[in-house]
Amino acid sequence: MFYREAGDFKTSYAEDNQTFPIKFDRYRYYAVMFAAFAVVPFLINDYWVNAIFLPFLIYSIAAIGLNILVGYCGQVSLGTGGFMAVGAYACYKLMTSFPEVSIFFHVILAGGVTALVCILFGLPSLRIKGFYLAVATLAAQFFLVWLFNRVPWFYNYSASGQINSPERTVFGIAVTGPHTSAWATYLFCLVFLTACALIGRNLTRGMVGRKWMAIRDMDIAAEIIGVNPLKAKISAFGVSGFFVGISGALLFAVYLGAAEAGDSFGINKSFLVLFMIIIGGLGSIFGSFAGAAFLVLLPVLLKNVLVGVLGWPTDMAAHLEFIIVGGLIITFLILEPHGLAQLWRVAKEKLRLWPFPH
Amino acid sequence: MSDQLIFGMEVFLNGLMAGVLYALVALGFVLIYKASGIFNYAQGVMALFSALTLVGIMEGQIPFAHVINAIFGTEIHHFGWHVPGILAIALTMVVMVVLAVCVQKFLFRHLVGQEPIILFMATIGLAYFLEGVGDLMWGSEIKKLDVGLPQGINLVIDEVTAGWFGYGFFIDNLDIVATVIAALLVAALVIFAQYTKQGRAMRAVADDHQAALSVGISLNFIWVMVWSVAGFVALVAGIMWGTKSGVQFSLSLIALKALPVLMLGGFTSIPGAIVGGLIIGVGEKLFEFAIGPLVGGATENWFAYVLALIFLVFRPQGLFGEKIIERV
Repeated sequence: MFYREAGDFKTSYAEDNQTFPIKFDRYRYYAVMFAAFAVVPFLINDYWVNAIFLPFLIYSIAAIGLNILVGYCGQVSLGTGGFMAVGAYACYKLMTSFPEVSIFFHVILAGGVTALVCILFGLPSLRIKGFYLAVATLAAQFFLVWLFNRVPWFYNYSASGQINSPERTVFGIAVTGPHTSAWATYLFCLVFLTACALIGRNLTRGMVGRKWMAIRDMDIAAEIIGVNPLKAKISAFGVSGFFVGISGALLFAVYLGAAEAGDSFGINKSFLVLFMIIIGGLGSIFGSFAGAAFLVLLPVLLKNVLVGVLGWPTDMAAHLEFIIVGGLIITFLILEPHGLAQLWRVAKEKLRLWPFPH
Repeated sequence: MSDQLIFGMEVFLNGLMAGVLYALVALGFVLIYKASGIFNYAQGVMALFSALTLVGIMEGQIPFAHVINAIFGTEIHHFGWHVPGILAIALTMVVMVVLAVCVQKFLFRHLVGQEPIILFMATIGLAYFLEGVGDLMWGSEIKKLDVGLPQGINLVIDEVTAGWFGYGFFIDNLDIVATVIAALLVAALVIFAQYTKQGRAMRAVADDHQAALSVGISLNFIWVMVWSVAGFVALVAGIMWGTKSGVQFSLSLIALKALPVLMLGGFTSIPGAIVGGLIIGVGEKLFEFAIGPLVGGATENWFAYVLALIFLVFRPQGLFGEKIIERV
């Protein structure tokens, strides 16, 4: 009753095939977009942006990227941290080499560079699969982080071995460096997230996405019906790398401002993003958002409750976070393998029938 | 003989010793994988957890003392007794068996029949969970572990090699002990798997779950047993690594070191774990010695993975793994 679909008629294929075919969904989507672009920027301050909004936006992009690879194409990757590092360092090199070009293009190019690297490390996926591949992608993780730590060219021979994002502007407004305003960084990341989500959503519901899903569900059968596994897998690695690279570039340039490969892009980052898509829901763009929001909010919430209210030491709160995240992963895998996205679908189903459950 | 060559030989020997320790961790993986098809990422954390528990029991620490203190404002830390090494190891083993039962009861019984990759992710979740519990239970500071294993340079080898080459090799006593123990452990595991009733049941389960069930083998029992044995292997590895470099978080990262060992050796083969461990141990030490200085050092972080990755492209099932007959 609350969630109406009845009476929502389509008279053309274009209407039926749009991203949100149900009117209620579509208006909700417009409302969310309006709130995100026109309301939130006026309300937020530095704390909200740095603690919640920027990490959420940036990790959502990474989660969408990884979800395309793992959730849609079934190629498990544990190298996300390394690929984010590629995005960050590519962005840094571009920012310092071509200061006159807008950072907007640097971020996109960084995504492109990451896509190439990701494809390179994805090539073995043609021979190996399942967790053999998962472990093989760890090679990318460790090798890339080592490379960025050891080759001085990547960090411009700076003494500390860190990379620092210089001040760059979009339309004359600083989005990186020390003099940024909360709303500018927020909007900058939001634009990228919106674009990535739209691209991801449309790719996955089109022919490319169906090929990925065919490979995921059963690669041999997919090949028999004419899906080229080489093209499907490589394109998944490429698109995923593109998104992950963008998120790495944004994470470094806009959010952190300074980064060091081992600290900022370690193996924990890989697991964090993987957990986001498991909790959020494999094979769902909405799930990527939900998972990212969940795992960004959880530590903030835990810290506020345990340290702020109960007065526990911070390290204990951190350990408890480990337990909760680990427990959640297990719980979700057992009870709801499709994650928060599936819970949302179930909730919609219930609302549709409410108050008559049968 | 040239200095370089002699030094290279020493590096080789040290690599062999390191490889034994890798193999020890990898063994735990192989056991669980063979019997249940679960690729257990948590093996390294199990080693950390067992070592933490061992130290905690030996020192008479009160479990969750920090939490209790934080909640109730008390100041309790120790029971005030010291448990001798052997007894502490036995008690830790009891804890690991309880852990095995819990893992089976609360986790994998509910995941029977899921895809391997889902099981793998579940063990990553288990690893996080265990790590948090271990730190919360025993505290996360670096602890010294001493169960009475000999440590320090082996003087006999030092003197003998000094007589041969005019240069004394530095081989740690602990590494030698670790090698001996690992050899004994492997022998014991092979005997257990080949000649005992439970070992036969375990192999039957590994071959075919359904068939094993139908001849009256209890899957639950076998899986609990396998996880207990894996817990025991983790405990041995935890003792070795803990004695060597202290009980701390980095212990759980040896699991990551064991993964390329497995990929190289094949997931299902105990000899594969040993040979893979030795190849990786020697390979990364020699590579660091020969090529490392040219490319900036610290190649040990990735060499094993890249080696395994390249190897897998040519032989996807590993050195001793069962051939996967499947064409794509």
